[in-house]
Order: sequence, then C-alpha cells, then structure tokens
Amino acid sequence: MRVIYIALLSLILFSCKESPEQKTVESQPVKDTVAANKETSNFQPKDIVPITSNKKMVKIEAGEYHPFIGGDSDSVVAIKSFYMDETPVTNAEYLDFLRANPEWTKSNILRIYADSTYLQNWISDFVLPADASPDAPVTNVSWFAAKAYAQSVGKRLPTVDEWEYVGRASESVRDASDDPEYTKNVLDLYQHQRGKYKEPVKQGNPNYWGVYDMFGKIWEWTIDFNSVMLSGGDSQGRNSVNAGLYCGGAALTATDLRDYASFLRFAMRGSLKADYTVNNVGFRCVKNIN
Amino acid sequence: MKNIFFSLVALLIISSCQEKQMQQQPEEQQNLSSQSIFNINSTWETATGEKIKLADLQGDVLAVTMVYTSCKVSCPRLAFDMKELEKQVEKEKRGNVKYVFISIDPENDTPEKMQNFLRSYKLNGDQWIFLRSNEDNTRELANVLTVRYKELSPMELSHSNIISVFSKNGVLAYQKEGLSTDLNETAKAIEKQL
Repeated sequence: MRVIYIALLSLILFSCKESPEQKTVESQPVKDTVAANKETSNFQPKDIVPITSNKKMVKIEAGEYHPFIGGDSDSVVAIKSFYMDETPVTNAEYLDFLRANPEWTKSNILRIYADSTYLQNWISDFVLPADASPDAPVTNVSWFAAKAYAQSVGKRLPTVDEWEYVGRASESVRDASDDPEYTKNVLDLYQHQRGKYKEPVKQGNPNYWGVYDMFGKIWEWTIDFNSVMLSGGDSQGRNSVNAGLYCGGAALTATDLRDYASFLRFAMRGSLKADYTVNNVGFRCVKNIN
Repeated sequence: MKNIFFSLVALLIISSCQEKQMQQQPEEQQNLSSQSIFNINSTWETATGEKIKLADLQGDVLAVTMVYTSCKVSCPRLAFDMKELEKQVEKEKRGNVKYVFISIDPENDTPEKMQNFLRSYKLNGDQWIFLRSNEDNTRELANVLTVRYKELSPMELSHSNIISVFSKNGVLAYQKEGLSTDLNETAKAIEKQL
C-alpha cells in the first residue's frame, strides 16, 4: 500500500515540472539604452484594470483546524469566515481579465511574472486552447497572474489554511479528515487527475460548503503557497526549506497516512515558484466578509 | 501650458519607448526590460517616510535583502554582510550602488524603526535604503526575489537569507544565499554591473 502512495507522490512531483536551471546566476550584460538613468525613465508600471465578475461565491463559516505541517504540530489555526469562489477560475473568465488587461496576455506578460509556458495551450492572446473547454479551469498561470486576476475582480487568493480548511469538507460533513473513506476518495481523485484540467468545472457534487472541484482536476495557487515548509527559527535558505519538505515526509511515515492527501498538496506547493506555470495548476479566489 | 507641454513630451517619450519594446518582443528571452523589477507597480515607504516606486531606484546597481527590525538572529548578520559587501566593492565604484533592506514585517517596521536599524549598524549615507510596503506588495516582491518567509509568532518570522544583485535596469544579475559566507563573488557581481 505504501509503495503505491510513494509511486503516486513521485508521479505527481515529476509530472508537475522539471525545475528550470537555477535562476540567472549571471545575466547578460545590459546592452540596451533604455532608461539608463532616472531622467529618461520609460518604465510606467501599470495598474490592474478592474473587471466585473458574476461568479458565484459561497460563504465559509469560521472554525479551526489542525494544519498538516507548519508551526507546532499541535497548533490549531483559527479561520475567520470568508467567501470562496464556487469553482476554480475558468478559461473564459480569464479571457475577460485579459481583454481588460492586455499586459497579461501570453505575448505581453513580463518575464518576471511568468515563465515561458504561461498560457502555452492558448492559440493566441485572446483565443482559448482548442482542446480544453472554455469552462475548464484556467491553467499554466503563474502565482503573479493568479494574484493579478484576483485583484481585478476585487478578491484575493486564499491562504493555505483557508484552502485546507475548505478542503477538509466532504459532501456531507464540514470536517471529514478523520473519515478514511474521504481520504481514500481524495487520493483516488488525485490518482486519476491526469488530463482532467481540460474538462469543465462543476461536473461533480459540491462539498459541504457548496464548493466544487477542490480535488481531482487541478492543484490551486494559494497566496502563501511557499511559506509553509519552513521549520522553526531562521532558515539558512531555500535548501533547508526543501530539506524541511523531506523531513515532513519522514515524519509522515512515523505517524499514519491519514493526512497523505494533505502531504501531497504541501509537497506540490513546495515544489513551485511564483513564476512557474504548470498545466494542472490553476486557482480560485476568496473574499473577506465585511 | 508648461504642464501640457511636458506631459506631451513625456507621452511622446513613453510611446516611442514602447515601440522599441514591442520590437524587442520577438527575442523574448533576451528582453531584459521584461525581467526588470522596475515593472513592479507597488509603492514603498523609506526610512525617512518618503513614498517611492521601485523604478525610482533605477540607475544604480542594487543589492537587496529582506529583513525585519525586531529580528534577533539572522538579520543582524545580514546587516553586517551588507556592510562588509560595501567594503569589498572597489572604492571608486561605490557611488553607483545602493544597498536595500526590504521589511518583511511592514506593520511593525515604522520609518522610525527602519531608521534606528540603519543607525544601529552604522549604515550611514544615501546608499543605505530601508523600505516597507503592505503585506501584499511585500509577498509579491519576496516571490520575485525567491525569498520565503513565514510568521512563526507575532514577534518572530522565519525567512530565507538571500542577497540579490540587480543591474541598473532592475534585472536580477546574481543571488547569494546563506549568512556570513564569502562575499567576494557578490562584490564582483556588483562591480560587473557598474
């Protein structure tokens, strides 16, 4: 049984993305004449243009949960109530954003904000991928792009804690994390996730909160996706962050596999950088309740 | 009248430059300005309370690191590393380098605290800059710098220790990770950009 899980994990990790070479250790000398000094500055950073979205959001009630990793193992995180998008943001919805914010199209996107596979299956700047539904989750979007989209609709990305809190709900219970059937179901969905990102959202049943597609189609960006792997104290840098990931793995085998699905998500998030774009990583937005 | 004239000129300059950028688009990967941190539109507050954009730092080579003022463990060492770094850059070239601390605890790090931080490490002069913004902008910049951080408790943050060197046009040229390691390579990376 364990072997299957390990195989599954390596599949997921390897399918995500080959890590690009260590980033720009030495860059090309700056050859252009553009804005060599303050007087001739031509950089005009652009604001995100707001768009209207009628996407349905559902209310998530306040509560608390035990995070899988991060902080003390006994720690309980309190979650305030918030609104969450019913489904991941779709291709069609993302297109609306691009029309209002053409700097975020695949030909205009700034390289600091997304790697070269950004929206790679889109036929052109404003033409959706041929083989994916307009109502399928938008994928191959970076964290920066997801954040910009959220800003344009007056929302934000969820925190890891918020996402995980909602992810613990089954169809009937708000916290099903103790239910082996629930865990098995999630792991099954993960195992058959391949290619599902091209299919429309909202095909299955909603969970307890009325939220769809938390598992089985895509992985989702969270605002603090990369901050959870740090162990206590000041880290010596990214290497030890990654080591933290494997420590988490070791710790897991010492306990039980109940949280294995959470572990997979944490491992996935830990393998990402904010400019990565991956064909099965998308996002959904949340909003504070005021 | 004068204003209109200036805005027209500005517009002209902007649009002509934009054209230039467009032409550069095809060789996507070499489009350096697209990788520039000066594209980032967030507003930052300095230790003297001045509001600036990152693009205002254009024209100098930047050595950037992320810290917070109440940090007791790694930040003092990072501050000493930055100071040591300045010493290792050739004297006659030092005028064109700025050393920038970015607060990862913006709520707590008021301009006064940022000023005290600089003062306590004797980081005097225009080349020493301390910036804070809001949480959102800080997270975005941290992700550009590939710095990870997490609040462990209200008074304690865990974070990566990275010094990033940026060209005069804001393009990442070099990154050094870890504390009190050899700064010679970092100094060389700075000199190379001058």
